[in-house]
Amino acid sequence: MSDEGHSSVPEASHPVQAGNEITRRDFLNEITLGALGIAGLGSVAVTYQFLSPNVLFEPSTTFRAGNPDLYPVHSVTFLQDQQVYIVRVPEGFYAVSAVCTHLGCVTQWKPDADMIACPCHGSKFKADGTKIEGPAPRPLPHFAISLTADGELLVDKLQNINFSQVLKV
Amino acid sequence: MATTLHSALQHIRDTKVWKSIFRRGPANSNRTRSLAVFGNLFLHWLPVKVREKSLRVRASYYLGSISFILFIVLFVTGILLMFYYHPAAPHAYRDMKDLQFVVSNGVFLRNLHRLAAHLMVFAVFWHMFHVFYRGGYKPPHEFNWVVGVVLLLVTLFLSYTGYLLPWDQLAFWAVTVGTNIISAMPVVGNKIRYLLLGGNIVGENALLRFYVLHVVILPLIAFVLIGIHFWRVQKDGGLTVKPKDDDGKE
Repeated sequence: MSDEGHSSVPEASHPVQAGNEITRRDFLNEITLGALGIAGLGSVAVTYQFLSPNVLFEPSTTFRAGNPDLYPVHSVTFLQDQQVYIVRVPEGFYAVSAVCTHLGCVTQWKPDADMIACPCHGSKFKADGTKIEGPAPRPLPHFAISLTADGELLVDKLQNINFSQVLKV
Repeated sequence: MATTLHSALQHIRDTKVWKSIFRRGPANSNRTRSLAVFGNLFLHWLPVKVREKSLRVRASYYLGSISFILFIVLFVTGILLMFYYHPAAPHAYRDMKDLQFVVSNGVFLRNLHRLAAHLMVFAVFWHMFHVFYRGGYKPPHEFNWVVGVVLLLVTLFLSYTGYLLPWDQLAFWAVTVGTNIISAMPVVGNKIRYLLLGGNIVGENALLRFYVLHVVILPLIAFVLIGIHFWRVQKDGGLTVKPKDDDGKE
């Protein structure tokens, strides 16, 4: 054993100097811990990326809702597969989400009561999505709606639009 | 007959194989009985000696033991159910129905798993209330109380992840609602929901992720924590025993 190796062992007997002298053992310990720390953080980052899917096999968020003539004026039509209401008023069309803003249950249009009701926790909305009562924190959003070149309604569920925007046909 | 059996057992105990496994003589003194506990992996985290008081029903109502036995029941029945279950979208529901109507004793095992799960949540909660109301969380038991709270959470997560696996309407909406609660968390909520579901909707990825959590990750965590929990009971000086545990005498 060399003298340097010996001197690093009894730390208490080794007076700490003002210059914060570090021993070879301290240095190697810190280098090792630092390397392990960086490797650990790297593994966390890599695992996080691994667990976030890049390709999703989920239904398309854009869909065609057919010819505008299918929907009479003053009507609310529930498209079950898309979980969207197509509402036609005299001014035109808008698309209202059927997914409750409270906890994601699918709401139902009640024509007799003239409102949209959620079966899970009792939120109620008007046909335009504004809240009447219940725990829902926000009104039902309106999705972007447009006409395709061949004259069909096109709804984009990723794009929310202002309540005042109506598609005139 | 009894002597023949006795001598046969004695003969086994005298073999080299037996002695290589157990490395001690017969458990006929306190010392050798202690060695028997110390020298066994499955017994060593239990106390070598217990006070008679702490074994009385009133001392614990055996709620911790009942929870553990239910956990073992769930472990065994869960492994058996895995032989018939595919965690994929059209299969999961059909496999669950097959277990109910086609597989021999499948409905028995499925219901045993389900009932034991309900009972375990009940038993763990009751255990927690019992420990709380008799002050079992006080020093020197603080750390073990925290381990117990984490075990309660693990029990609830196990219940919740298992709830999706039948892949029926109840499961689908429970997980839709539950993961929307997670996304209400500030800043990280939506990210956590995306990671948990493996997407934006409760679909096949979500089923597989909940399956892996349910059958691998959470049971492993539970096993490690249960080991620590038992071991700390011993290291912290056994159960909290009160004078009135003597059959109601104060």
